[in-house]
Amino acid sequence: MSGYLSGVLAILGINIIFAYSIYITAATGQLNLGGAGFQAIGAYTCAILSNELGLPIALTLALSAVFGGIISLLISFPILRTKGVYMVLATFAIAEIVAGIILNSDYLGGPTGIVVNAYIETEVVLITAIVIVLLGFYLMSTRVGLAMRAVHDDEAVADLMGIHKRAIQVSAFTLGGAIAGLSGGLYALYFGFIEAQYFNANISIFVLLYVLIGGTQTAWGPLVGASFFTLIPEVLRIGDDWRFFIFGIIIVVMMIIRPEGIVTRDALERIWSQLFPRGKNV
Amino acid sequence: MSFEQVLQQIINGLMLGSIYISVAVAFTLTIGILNFLNFTIPALYMLAGMVGWSLSHYGFPFGLTGPINWGLALMIGVICAIFASLLVERFTYRYFKMKHGDATEHAIPLVSSLGFLLIFEYLILVAHGSDTRGFSTSFADLDWRFSGFIISIPQLLSLILSIFIVAGLSLLLNKTKIGRALRAIAENPDASNLMGIEVNKIVPIVFILTGFLCGISAAIFAINYHEVSPYMGDHVGTKAIAAMVIGGLGSVWGAIAGGLIVGLSETLSIYFFGASSAQITVWGLLLILLVFKPTGLFGHNAIGKGKF
Repeated sequence: MSGYLSGVLAILGINIIFAYSIYITAATGQLNLGGAGFQAIGAYTCAILSNELGLPIALTLALSAVFGGIISLLISFPILRTKGVYMVLATFAIAEIVAGIILNSDYLGGPTGIVVNAYIETEVVLITAIVIVLLGFYLMSTRVGLAMRAVHDDEAVADLMGIHKRAIQVSAFTLGGAIAGLSGGLYALYFGFIEAQYFNANISIFVLLYVLIGGTQTAWGPLVGASFFTLIPEVLRIGDDWRFFIFGIIIVVMMIIRPEGIVTRDALERIWSQLFPRGKNV
Repeated sequence: MSFEQVLQQIINGLMLGSIYISVAVAFTLTIGILNFLNFTIPALYMLAGMVGWSLSHYGFPFGLTGPINWGLALMIGVICAIFASLLVERFTYRYFKMKHGDATEHAIPLVSSLGFLLIFEYLILVAHGSDTRGFSTSFADLDWRFSGFIISIPQLLSLILSIFIVAGLSLLLNKTKIGRALRAIAENPDASNLMGIEVNKIVPIVFILTGFLCGISAAIFAINYHEVSPYMGDHVGTKAIAAMVIGGLGSVWGAIAGGLIVGLSETLSIYFFGASSAQITVWGLLLILLVFKPTGLFGHNAIGKGKF
């Protein structure tokens, strides 16, 4: 594998994992605009654990996910008191606070960032990405996934039908935080250097766009969205500024032609029924 | 640190807050009336400043004119922001309103406005690069020294101007026919349509006001701080969002209070704890407020609770 290709694949893997973390929260109807904050928590946990304690890579990755999960569990209780736009802005506030704390802390390297000593190969990122994608598909096929969809579609009715709305929302938020932490850990180990400025509001916005443009109805959405927006710029191969300009136009056009995202439940059913026809002829 | 120094910081904070006020009012208007978090606002703000700079530095494109007067250039910048805002209305709000009925059920306008944010921002980056540009005006140093305190006159005027604009807006919303139509749309777009309000003609007014408020605010910023940059909208935009949330979504006077609170807490925290602490103070304040009073200081219960 050439260096360029493996670099693109690693970024693709990290973006896909990150997209699933936001997707799992979005599947219960909550938009998390603070993804970068949770990713930063994972990345810095991973960096500190492997630099200071010299823990093995698998353990540091697991711990960065656990730590991301614990932090998001703790803040999910106050956050989930808020609704709608307020919730979006509260998650945004958390990402800003995390970045602010890192910038002000000498131990975490402040604005200069820290170098991570341990290193992982592209294969590790890709295998983790595959595991997370499978986990996403499995989760959405279980009763919990059905409950998540019900809460997404109508909170009040889901509550009436006996779904523990709050438990579903808190666990989705926690799982999302844990997966975002894992993606941050992978980022730190793969690139070997992290700085607070990388985990900025743009990263949170982009990952939310991957998920919303991919589609939140099915587990295919984040996979398609993240792949689409990671690979398109590589294919276009033009100046950085034009790239984001075209990205913006794609978003606006996409919202006009496929407002529910690229992959919707209807589209999947149509493709499925054409591949495996049933009914009339059988 | 003497008492005078702290007082000077409080004055600076209020002046900085006056920049946030107009942008926060733009945010709060769109969300209060249309239930739509318009993320293009930072880009509109930046557009007015950068177009103003470009005209006063190069003149009209394709060599039509030489550099033009800074005041006129800023006015054209404001007009550009208004037209850009109407473009956003055409392609995000109106389009999806027609197609899907009540747009609040979807995240669509929000996502489209993020798309427009990228389009405007990178269009300017492609045209002018990412450097911060000096903006020279005819008044260089107009500080008013008042028993030891320094008050910049343009800043004082801009604080007064923003409060006047907002008071005028409040009057428009509460006393005129257009204002009544706007409040009806805020209450229920479908019912107001049935009552004979031409929603498609009234809604663009919100976007014209949005462009105007952002443009004016950017012009005030350029005159006060003598610089513009393609990233000027990001900083002001995020702070204005914080101001809007602290004041309560949809409340015009709340946006004023929020803008001043954010400006004050930013300068005071920079003064006491150093430059990079402002982020923690402002957003921490917002988070604590949201936990204890999830609707902000003056917010209405119903606004912003809708699903995306």
